[in-house]
Amino acid sequence: MTGAFDIILCLMILGAAGIALFVRDALAAIAFFIAFGNLLGLAWLGLDAVNVALAEIALGAGVTGVLLILARARLLALGDDATCADTSAWLRAGALAACAGFVLLLAAAVLSIPPESGLDRAVAPLMPGLGIENRVTGVLLAFRAYDTLLESFVLLGALVAVWSLAPAGVWPGRPADLGVADVPMRRVARSFGRFLLPVALVMAAYLVWAGSDVPGGAFQAGTVLAGGLMVSAIGGAIGLPRSDLPGLRVALVLGPLVFLLIGLAGMGFGGFLVYPEGSAKAAILAIEYSLFLSIGATLALLVAGPNVIGWPDPAGGTDRHSDC
Amino acid sequence: MVTGHVYALTGAVLAGLGLFAFITLRHTLRQLLAINVVGAGIFLILGGLGRGADATDPFPQALVITGIVVAVALTAFGAAMIVRLAEARVATKAATRPDGGKPGP
Repeated sequence: MTGAFDIILCLMILGAAGIALFVRDALAAIAFFIAFGNLLGLAWLGLDAVNVALAEIALGAGVTGVLLILARARLLALGDDATCADTSAWLRAGALAACAGFVLLLAAAVLSIPPESGLDRAVAPLMPGLGIENRVTGVLLAFRAYDTLLESFVLLGALVAVWSLAPAGVWPGRPADLGVADVPMRRVARSFGRFLLPVALVMAAYLVWAGSDVPGGAFQAGTVLAGGLMVSAIGGAIGLPRSDLPGLRVALVLGPLVFLLIGLAGMGFGGFLVYPEGSAKAAILAIEYSLFLSIGATLALLVAGPNVIGWPDPAGGTDRHSDC
Repeated sequence: MVTGHVYALTGAVLAGLGLFAFITLRHTLRQLLAINVVGAGIFLILGGLGRGADATDPFPQALVITGIVVAVALTAFGAAMIVRLAEARVATKAATRPDGGKPGP
């Protein structure tokens, strides 16, 4: 029953993961981690879960990869090349035995459960009531909307946590400049960023709209927007905003806030996060468009990291002091 | 063996592999990467076991998308903490060097 494709793909995933974990050089490890994420995206396609494949490749491989590369570059600048000292053979043998036992138990548990898509049949008859066709979007924003609401707050909370790591005395400031130092490279990255940002914006807006009926959605679209913002910031086409900019604050909070307000309005129709009959699609789209803006801004700032001392202001260092 | 089990078993091996790396690797950035591999394995178990004959259960799919976003948030916070820790270490080293202290980890 199993195609050779699935087995080969799974072996490639395991191989890529093994190299990503155990290769000596940190940059090679991260490169293999990104390859691993993309192969995993293919695995999700093999499972016919296109929504997850999009999210895995954009977030799991893309954003996580950029985060790790940036962290490694910042560690390197501090004299830490992120290679590991060897651990004792006893520890490795013990860990190997424990993890092998863990895998065997997990595999036995997995094999005892027959794979089935039981809830798919439960969801299918409920979809016409929502007016959308993508069942995963239906689960995310209607049947299990509570999870997604909390998740949008987790993302916001993570940004607050990252910002709180700024050294004393730099608040309110800016995150470290993402721009490349090399001038010709920066010029190339800048024109690419200028070209990419509008394309990313249109593509992201389309992904949200399409996410109602075909694979897509707010999280995938927000990541596309964040990618456009990051590439533009790397080329210097856009500067990173000050963390106390009112417009930025609105963009970050808009998604969770609109979600919460529509959820509270649902109390009038029978309960928290209940959408009025007939206008469920309008409510879902309103939530998704505001979420996508907030997710894009939050992810880009999460990658940029906490505020730093002595940000070199390309617009002239004076305005930084004058508007404090 | 059905397709769902192949992916779920791959997920189980990934979780074990990531756990082993998390224990034996002695650098926080590499451990952060290992946590991500464990997470990916668990997602694959969830997705694989939801793979029916004709469709994949939308509930695990939505759960996994939520999980991926939370994993990214965790990774961002972890990476920021690791860099901050290294900065603090460098600052301590610079402060102890003049009075002959050994700059060790």
